[in-house]
Amino acid sequence: MEYINLVFEEVYKILFLLVPVLVSVAMIVWLDRRVWAFVQKRQGPNVVGPFGLLQSLADALKYIFKEIIIPASSNKIIFILAPIITMTLALIAWAVIPFGEEQVLANINVGILYIFAVSSLGVYGIIMGGWASNSKYPFLGSIRSAAQMVSYEVSIGIIIINVLLCVGSLNLSDIVLAQENIWFIIPLFPMFVIFFISALAETNRPPFDLPEAEAELVAGYQTEYSGMMYAMFWLGEYANILLMCALGSILFLGGWLSPIDLYPFNLIPGAIWLVIKILLLFILFALVKAVVPRYRYDQLMRLGWKIFLPFSLTYVVLTASYLFYFNLLPSL
Amino acid sequence: MKITRFLKTILMVDFVTGLLIALREMFKTKKTINYPFEKGKISPRFRGEHALRRYPNGEERCIACKLCEAVCPAQAITIESAERSDGSRKTTRYDIDMMKCIYCGLCEESCPVDAIVQGPNFEFSTETREELYYTKEKLLDNGDRWENILAANIKSDNPYR
Repeated sequence: MEYINLVFEEVYKILFLLVPVLVSVAMIVWLDRRVWAFVQKRQGPNVVGPFGLLQSLADALKYIFKEIIIPASSNKIIFILAPIITMTLALIAWAVIPFGEEQVLANINVGILYIFAVSSLGVYGIIMGGWASNSKYPFLGSIRSAAQMVSYEVSIGIIIINVLLCVGSLNLSDIVLAQENIWFIIPLFPMFVIFFISALAETNRPPFDLPEAEAELVAGYQTEYSGMMYAMFWLGEYANILLMCALGSILFLGGWLSPIDLYPFNLIPGAIWLVIKILLLFILFALVKAVVPRYRYDQLMRLGWKIFLPFSLTYVVLTASYLFYFNLLPSL
Repeated sequence: MKITRFLKTILMVDFVTGLLIALREMFKTKKTINYPFEKGKISPRFRGEHALRRYPNGEERCIACKLCEAVCPAQAITIESAERSDGSRKTTRYDIDMMKCIYCGLCEESCPVDAIVQGPNFEFSTETREELYYTKEKLLDNGDRWENILAANIKSDNPYR
């Protein structure tokens, strides 16, 4: 009996995290479309619900009632597994995101490594989807996306090393607490810019949306998917984007900390500050989508390997030497 | 020259300018409208759904001269006429195949008595093809429904004809 109670307690905790995340994923899709429309001086979705806020809900309902088509020549098990894996991986990474000093589902000591590992696994969903479709466009799209995600993960990893050098801990709460005096965006600003661009590439957002470049590849790895399976890919993608925004605000923008530690500001709960920071980062994501054209494939690879990698490596050396010279290295 | 270009690339000057322009455009007035709830302005010459008009006393204007049938480039109009008991010539049948119609407005221009006109209504899509075979009753009904706007349009366009 005690055991069952324990299990239920954990389930409640998980639901308390997952339901808001899923709801905000739906809202974020709306925000994305709305910002995009506003930049192009259109109205955007504004009919369903107040300001069109329920648009994603209506879309989800539509997807649920659509037929799921499984191509005859596909590998059925892997074909069905791929969107499930994408969505699951996008959601489980949220377990270690701290919304406050004690408000974290799993306060593990290697939180940042966990997120890094899970987001690396995210490539599998896409590769499996593209390969199991047994069709040329999904295959090409998935290969592109695998190469792209692997390349930019390298630069994200090195950027994270920069932050870790300043913190001396892999725990996400410790990373946030280390920014009480100064947010890392100020000393590590170039790293923040590179992190932002790499996050765009990591989540297949424009200008790096080559895996689903509709002019060349129809819809990339999603071409053969329909109905709820397509919606799950789409949910996973946006959950990933949200996760990257959360990671960016934790690593560089001081997570749940309020920008000024003064009377009216520090009354607002930390979770709200984190949400505000995530939203601001996401609006930047959406603006970039509206502004820039898509990269060519060789340009994408050149940017990742020949510019970001050496630049962030140099910055690691600089940060390390600075910290060492002024004896600021954190004690372990 | 090369140094400025290098600095521009490193500092992403063009990209940031683009972002700022996007931010500025976001708060400008929208160029689109909420279509089903608000509609764009339509010229009095707009060539939309057809209608057959009547005189104020309720008499049909159409005298079955068949000029519209003759001028119709898509041959969408079919007219049959007969003499009525009071000796006037009237149509017994006036069909327009709305799927053949190319909305050129020649029928309206050829009509000597302003009977067949194209009104401002463009929202008459249907679920079946059969509903788009307009008969005389349907056209007269359209005329009665839109008469106020049709008369105003013809009047306002009159000086330019």
